[in-house]
Amino acid sequence: MARRFDIRRQTGFTTIAMIVFFALYLPIAVLVVFAFNAGDSLSVWEGFSLHWFERAMENGAVIDASLRSLQIAGVAAVVATIAATMAALATTRTEPYPGLTFKYAFINQPLMIPEIVTAVALLIFFSRIKIWTGYDGLAYLIVAHTAFCVPFAYLPIRARLESMDLTLERAAADLYATPWNTFRYVTLPLLWPGILAGFMLAFVISLDDVVITNFVKSGGQDTLPTYMLGQMRRAITPEMNAISAVFLLISIAIVTVFFFVNRKRA
Amino acid sequence: MTAKTGGLKAGLMALTFALMASTGIAHAEGELNIYNWGNYTSPEMIKKFEDKYNVKVTITDYDSNDTALAKVRQGGSGFDMVVPSQNYMPIWISEGLLLETDPGKMENAKNIAPEWANPDFDPGRKYSVPWAMGIVGVVVNTAAYDGDINTWGIIFDTPDALKGKVNVVPEMTDVIDAAVLYNGGTKCTGDLEILKKVRDTLLKAKPNWVAMEYGTIEKMGSGDIMASSDWNGSAFRQRLANPKVKFGYPKEGYVNWSDNLVVLKDAKNVENAKLFQNFMMDPENAGMNSAFHRYANGIAGSDAFMPADMKDAPEIKIPDEFKSVGVPSQTCPPDVQALYTKIWTELQK
Amino acid sequence: MAERDALSLIEAERRRDIRSRWLLSTPALLIILFAALGPLFIVLVYSFLTPGDYGDVKWTFSTEGWVSVFLQRDIFDDTLTIADAHLTIFWRSIKLSLMTTVVTLIVGFPTAYFIATRSERTRELWLFLITIPFWTNLLIRTLAMLVVIRNEGLINTMLIRFGLIDQPLQMLFTDGAILAGMVYVYLPLMVLPLYASMEKLDFRLIEAGYDLYATPFRVLTRIIIPLVKPGMIAGSILVFIPSLGAYVTPSILGGGKNLMIGNLIELQFGAGRNWPLGSALSIALMLIVMVALLAYVRNAGSSGVKHG
Repeated sequence: MARRFDIRRQTGFTTIAMIVFFALYLPIAVLVVFAFNAGDSLSVWEGFSLHWFERAMENGAVIDASLRSLQIAGVAAVVATIAATMAALATTRTEPYPGLTFKYAFINQPLMIPEIVTAVALLIFFSRIKIWTGYDGLAYLIVAHTAFCVPFAYLPIRARLESMDLTLERAAADLYATPWNTFRYVTLPLLWPGILAGFMLAFVISLDDVVITNFVKSGGQDTLPTYMLGQMRRAITPEMNAISAVFLLISIAIVTVFFFVNRKRA
Repeated sequence: MTAKTGGLKAGLMALTFALMASTGIAHAEGELNIYNWGNYTSPEMIKKFEDKYNVKVTITDYDSNDTALAKVRQGGSGFDMVVPSQNYMPIWISEGLLLETDPGKMENAKNIAPEWANPDFDPGRKYSVPWAMGIVGVVVNTAAYDGDINTWGIIFDTPDALKGKVNVVPEMTDVIDAAVLYNGGTKCTGDLEILKKVRDTLLKAKPNWVAMEYGTIEKMGSGDIMASSDWNGSAFRQRLANPKVKFGYPKEGYVNWSDNLVVLKDAKNVENAKLFQNFMMDPENAGMNSAFHRYANGIAGSDAFMPADMKDAPEIKIPDEFKSVGVPSQTCPPDVQALYTKIWTELQK
Repeated sequence: MAERDALSLIEAERRRDIRSRWLLSTPALLIILFAALGPLFIVLVYSFLTPGDYGDVKWTFSTEGWVSVFLQRDIFDDTLTIADAHLTIFWRSIKLSLMTTVVTLIVGFPTAYFIATRSERTRELWLFLITIPFWTNLLIRTLAMLVVIRNEGLINTMLIRFGLIDQPLQMLFTDGAILAGMVYVYLPLMVLPLYASMEKLDFRLIEAGYDLYATPFRVLTRIIIPLVKPGMIAGSILVFIPSLGAYVTPSILGGGKNLMIGNLIELQFGAGRNWPLGSALSIALMLIVMVALLAYVRNAGSSGVKHG
């Protein structure tokens, strides 16, 4: 009885992938377990308790910070992904033209400099604008996040585009489809996995940012990571685990909903 | 494929809009914007202040004196109050960043403990109110080593039992100060003879250390490290988790630090800020705050409002025998700081 | 005559194409100019100024910042030597980033391949599963890894219980721990771009390969890898460059006894109070990275798919 030969199969790949997923979730499981720790520690178990959840839920600051993190990451990732998609379309599948390399280096520049430097530069620059306009709202953080998210969205989208040839788009154009319709019905669906990957990267990168946020934020604009950083030299408590556990639960719920909605549609 | 794409896209868009809509936050009558170290302000104490004066307090965190100073100096930050460490206080004052609110003459100023009423960094308490104070010393797990722990020798001439189990909290100024005191120098010395010894002490000691990082509470708790340089409030938490962990007051000298509440010159809510300075000098409120951040607060009579485990904790109340060797934390002149940085870079290269 | 018209028509078409390509890239360029590259000119200016007494700068011109990137004056005998401390630290970070990139590629490739070969229905689910762990804060995640690798941690307890070892393996505070932590942190940056270029892999090509009696390994190296090369390049860039600045993970898991580029620069803007040196160090770093990146992309890109 020979097993059906699967051309997609590469020996060991599935095993490695399973190990990777296991290794990814092992610390996450630990983190969730310690959200229930009765003691003060994130790594020494002292018994079961729900009091860190109670404390996190009563703590307006930490809830505010979480919502703000999501809000900034959501807006920054959407804007960065749109800008990056356009830029990727403009810089791939073409004969070299003047400025192409320049654009490539330009778009990837935010990657190349340690965060602290961008942070200090933005602090100086935005402070002037804050004094000049009197506005000190969230827009500064959103713009700063958008900028450093662009390369993270751009590179996966570009990679996807580079492995797509122009045949289908040409065919659509030959059939008198308008450029917009060609984009909407041919390019976009083909490009979608790249866009999704880029968006998700941009989102988690923004969600995790500490240094730039710390220097750009105005009063009352702590995000979850800066709230956490402030505690680093004092004492970090499992309150952070509790809030992370809630975060995880929400994200898993969102994924599940998407999954079932998509299944119904498919 | 397209239907699926559409579903996800609609979902993401809905999410974005929901997030954008959630910005509006209701405002109370008055406001107060405090910029403070993270996990350093008792929420109960803030609630009490908010209720008493009908003021909405917003707290934003920082993680280092340098960050706080850099941000406020650039302007436009929108904060009313900050809690700088005493060694940074002269910088804040000389750069003209602070408002002279004269808390030393406020109603509750009588409660400031005598030794903190007229400090060198703010004579006559023209600007600041004590928030918290502590010590940089050593913590040792006495299960691993039961010799004398009241010495920097734990870090710089590590006993065999602790070799490879010592952590050093990587605060540049704290570590080099400790080595200076250990070599018989005075804090912020520019004496190259002493500094040379300091460098040699540090380079010789480093192989005995296993780590240089902040997470002492986590790593002592689990036994990954057995000794560390550390702050006394952190040592106190460690002892509560494991009674074998003891705090040592180095006899060669240790640095006393304090953080103090000040009002910024460009504060928008000056009256509320003054109310808060006065509020913090009330023993009950200071005691509530100490119960949260686990450090002493410099307000006489606040002990009565602290939890029982803090009142005579050997980490919080400095034993009389060690009081004389404490030296106040102060700013080093720029040229000395530059020497410190060079030694530090060589140590960690 | 007609030929000339046709040529100029093609030329005009090409010009229009380039113009619309500039238009399309404008939003991204503007955002970066405004909130990343533009403010960097401040840093460039600062690198030629004098350090302020307590941080910030004094507005007097000085090349001291740049000089001390490369040379150091000994504080005790006043001799001028090559700044080997800076070189050592740069090299340490570069080595760690290289190793991180290689290992994430080795484990990320099969993972991305696994996801890309799931049914269309479940693919996005797996993709989300890769990123969900990253919804939690880096610091918390790294602290959770402590629990896994420390001496009384999960792995050692398991190994001892199953009788595989009798003494706990010292994993915490080792270079291996740093590498494992870095791979953990940067994995999605490799997997997602790889996935993006694998998802449309044309399996007819692989079928053709097998029809010609290729082994699975030859199919992998001769067909799959060339096809997903753009993803490998993107992933490598996304892992290598950001990991150069990393220091939280190395210090928690590795003990932080040695500085990384990230700490070195942060030190200058913090307690070191030498903003010009910090600025000069980071511009030097950016130039190195940019030259390396362009060289890499030129070389790797020349064999990529360019036809249309």
